[in-house]
Amino acid sequence: MLNVVNSATVNSKILPPIPSSRLLPNFWQSIVESHLENAEELKAWLEINLDEQLHFTEHLLLITNRRLVYFCPVRTHADISDISVHEYAYRPALKLAQHDHAGVYRLDLFEHHLRIASWRYTVINDSSSARFIKQFEQLCASFVTGNPVPVEATEPCPKCRYPLTAEQDECPQCSSEIDAPPSTWTLFRLWRFAKPYQWQLLAGFLLMLASTAATLVPPYLTIPLMDKVLIPYQNGIPIDTDLVALLLGGLLGSALLAWGLGWSKTYILALVSERIGADLRTITYDHLLKLSLEYFGGKRTGDLMARIGSESDRICVFLSLHLLDFATDVLMIIMTAAILVSINPELALVTLLPLPFIAWMIHIVRDKLRTGFEKIDRVWSEVSNVLADTIPGIRVVKAFAQEARESSRFREANQHNLAVNDRINKIWSLFSPSVTLLTEIGLLLVWAFGIWQISKDEISVGILTAFLAYISRFYTRLDSMSRIVSVTQKAASGAKRIFDILDHVSSVPEPSNPVHLDKVSGKIEIRSAGFRYGNRSVIKDLNLTIEPGEMIGLVGHSGSGKSTLVNLMCRFYDVSAGSISLDGVNIRSLPISEYRRNIGLVLQEPFLFFGSIAENIAYGKPEATRAEIIAAARAAHAHEFILRLPHGYDSLVGERGHGLSGGERQRISIARALLIDPRILILDEATASVDTETEKEIQKALDNLVHGRTTIAIAHRLSTLHKANRLVVMDRGQIVEVGNHDELMASEGAYYRLYQAQARNVDTDLDDVTSDEIIANKEASA
Amino acid sequence: MTTINSNIDFKLEHNATGQLQFTDSDGAVFDGINLVRAFPISAPDEGLSIISQQGHELAWIPSLMDMPAQIKSLIEAELLQREFMPVIQRINQVSSFATPSIWDVTTDKGNTKLTLKAEDQIWRLKNNRLLITDKNGVNFMVNNIEQLDKHSRKLLDRFL
Repeated sequence: MLNVVNSATVNSKILPPIPSSRLLPNFWQSIVESHLENAEELKAWLEINLDEQLHFTEHLLLITNRRLVYFCPVRTHADISDISVHEYAYRPALKLAQHDHAGVYRLDLFEHHLRIASWRYTVINDSSSARFIKQFEQLCASFVTGNPVPVEATEPCPKCRYPLTAEQDECPQCSSEIDAPPSTWTLFRLWRFAKPYQWQLLAGFLLMLASTAATLVPPYLTIPLMDKVLIPYQNGIPIDTDLVALLLGGLLGSALLAWGLGWSKTYILALVSERIGADLRTITYDHLLKLSLEYFGGKRTGDLMARIGSESDRICVFLSLHLLDFATDVLMIIMTAAILVSINPELALVTLLPLPFIAWMIHIVRDKLRTGFEKIDRVWSEVSNVLADTIPGIRVVKAFAQEARESSRFREANQHNLAVNDRINKIWSLFSPSVTLLTEIGLLLVWAFGIWQISKDEISVGILTAFLAYISRFYTRLDSMSRIVSVTQKAASGAKRIFDILDHVSSVPEPSNPVHLDKVSGKIEIRSAGFRYGNRSVIKDLNLTIEPGEMIGLVGHSGSGKSTLVNLMCRFYDVSAGSISLDGVNIRSLPISEYRRNIGLVLQEPFLFFGSIAENIAYGKPEATRAEIIAAARAAHAHEFILRLPHGYDSLVGERGHGLSGGERQRISIARALLIDPRILILDEATASVDTETEKEIQKALDNLVHGRTTIAIAHRLSTLHKANRLVVMDRGQIVEVGNHDELMASEGAYYRLYQAQARNVDTDLDDVTSDEIIANKEASA
Repeated sequence: MTTINSNIDFKLEHNATGQLQFTDSDGAVFDGINLVRAFPISAPDEGLSIISQQGHELAWIPSLMDMPAQIKSLIEAELLQREFMPVIQRINQVSSFATPSIWDVTTDKGNTKLTLKAEDQIWRLKNNRLLITDKNGVNFMVNNIEQLDKHSRKLLDRFL
């Protein structure tokens, strides 16, 4: 088993660019090198991080062009004393298989159905292990047969140009960035949105400089007011009214100037930041709409809403308020310091000395407060979660008479809120008196030093008053300045969450060289299509040709891949292998919206948008005339019930379509599909959620819709598929039977049994017929 | 190959590939079966189901404690291989207090790193227990917040 090569040969060995995204960790580098044979090429490797007892330990599994090698540290006491090496030379019956359960992956090595080795790991990179297995299979096959390994078509990641394999839908380089914690630098990326407003921003900045300077004039005027007017008066010299008028006029003038400049500065900058926020929101939303269904599947609606709504608002407030204030404060402190030093450097030094100390104290307290405030945020969401749970489910709460329990749940969450608030209030209430105290101490220092300097005739009384006026201004600003740290962090995390959306590249990309179809006849060809969801294979090697105008019924138990197949046909996802083409053109080379315009989709749960019934029917074709809308409604058997509504076609319906029954909503959605006059029609369990009577109504409407179009219908109840030209029975992502009702009944296969089961009991679902039977039948018929 | 026959109406044994094999009272043999706890967190030893590869229940074990010793050890050995829920004993370091955050933790299964995607991946269970799901879906457990050391509690507190 052990195979150690003389280290003298190490240099002659080729360590090729490893096909994995990362480099082999240093720890393994030398060990691996010393175990590879001459001219043996390292092809891929996988870090195994669990041992047999499921303890975290570092192991390594690698494949070369000759064999699979497993490096396992042997532990004696605490130190790793030795590395044991197991090797499995390539031979015909070797097979790797992967299973996963609760985040732990198991890789089994089989030889003739006999498990000869097994490794476990928590997944670090999902696609890397799938790729590892694939590479193993290819290398093993190539070693046994002598044929070269097929070259995979790779396309680079659209963001970083890193070459991706067919199974990788997310670039390992870019996706690892998403795991990085938010950094303040993210905020600089907002420049992209600020750039269109750079001139307004510059104007705002200049106004800010001017207005800050204007606010610094009044304290300066107190010097002559003291030294030239008040103190001489006390010494018996009469007041010079002209000078007083001049000085007071200066005070008023500078105040008015500061007011005007401050107003225009705030207005311009608020205007700009509001526009940046709006742009950010619109661009993010536009980008979000373009992302594939896959992205929406993994996200919660509330989270996405928060990102686009409140996060962009938070950034906007940060820009227009906090950042602006902070910049003003910094400017003011610099200018004040400059003025103070120019008047009297010694006193200026004493005045500014406590500044860093006060700033540090404030920062410490703020830091404590910040964690507390974050906690309050989370507790608040806890409280609102209770509400979000209870209010939509109020019928259930009342029906089971659990009002008291829900009330106590709310009280508990509220109690938690109270406790957290109490704790933070203890520090909070201490905060502003402390800042005041520190400010007073600072002033005290200036007083003491100032009096001492006056006694030595180094400065005048006027200068001391000016100093006191200046510093009391910026000491109070220190508090608001200290807030910048936490608001910047919050804004940065908000910006990161928005850029997470913006950085996500749609897994259903627009074609670079789009092909346009003038007239669509509706012929669909699916060629050895495969689809993986994560690492689970949902569709495997599926072939199906649908003629123009043909109606296909898709039959199979839930989870057999029917809906996935339909999603692939709509190009909500892209196939991971094979192709789907429309009239002989691969659907990936058609512009997405142009392609989808040919598809009418009727879902199990019809979704109505807020608006009138007419608007809902015309959703896919907003320019439709009233006559067209009515014609579609008539064909969908919806006309009559719409007329019975108080406002006819102008009746408003909400998102859940209140006031309308399930069947009525379904007929509106059928009218919607009819109106766009699609060549391809997809009915995904269109009649599953309604009763038998309504189903008949809908069925009539559907018959109008189906006429002359390529139709793919999924149905649980086989009776609804009586019009289908062909029935396709699916199981576990594969087609097991194809034929019309009579043929399939005659062959007495899977469909026959499904039909029998439903005939016995009208309400029997396909799920009740076990998939084992279908498989058994498939094997029997093969 | 271990074979167990008991007063229960099924047989459980290892087949040639080392996987558990189930034989029911009628003699039908099932390969590739799964053992699933019904209440893995709140009552791990109560209610255990043997599930076929197709996802159908083959047998129900109300309490693991009442099983004959041999079956019990066979099931426990299989579950040990299957279940993975490291118990966090100490949080050594966190990369940031804003999520996503990478935690360096000591667990009963050794040292490791976990990536917390968002605060809501921490579930508060009864009796001060926490269930933390990391980015890859691995569940980590904190048995009692109060029993963690001060350093860990302080770090954890920033996320609760």
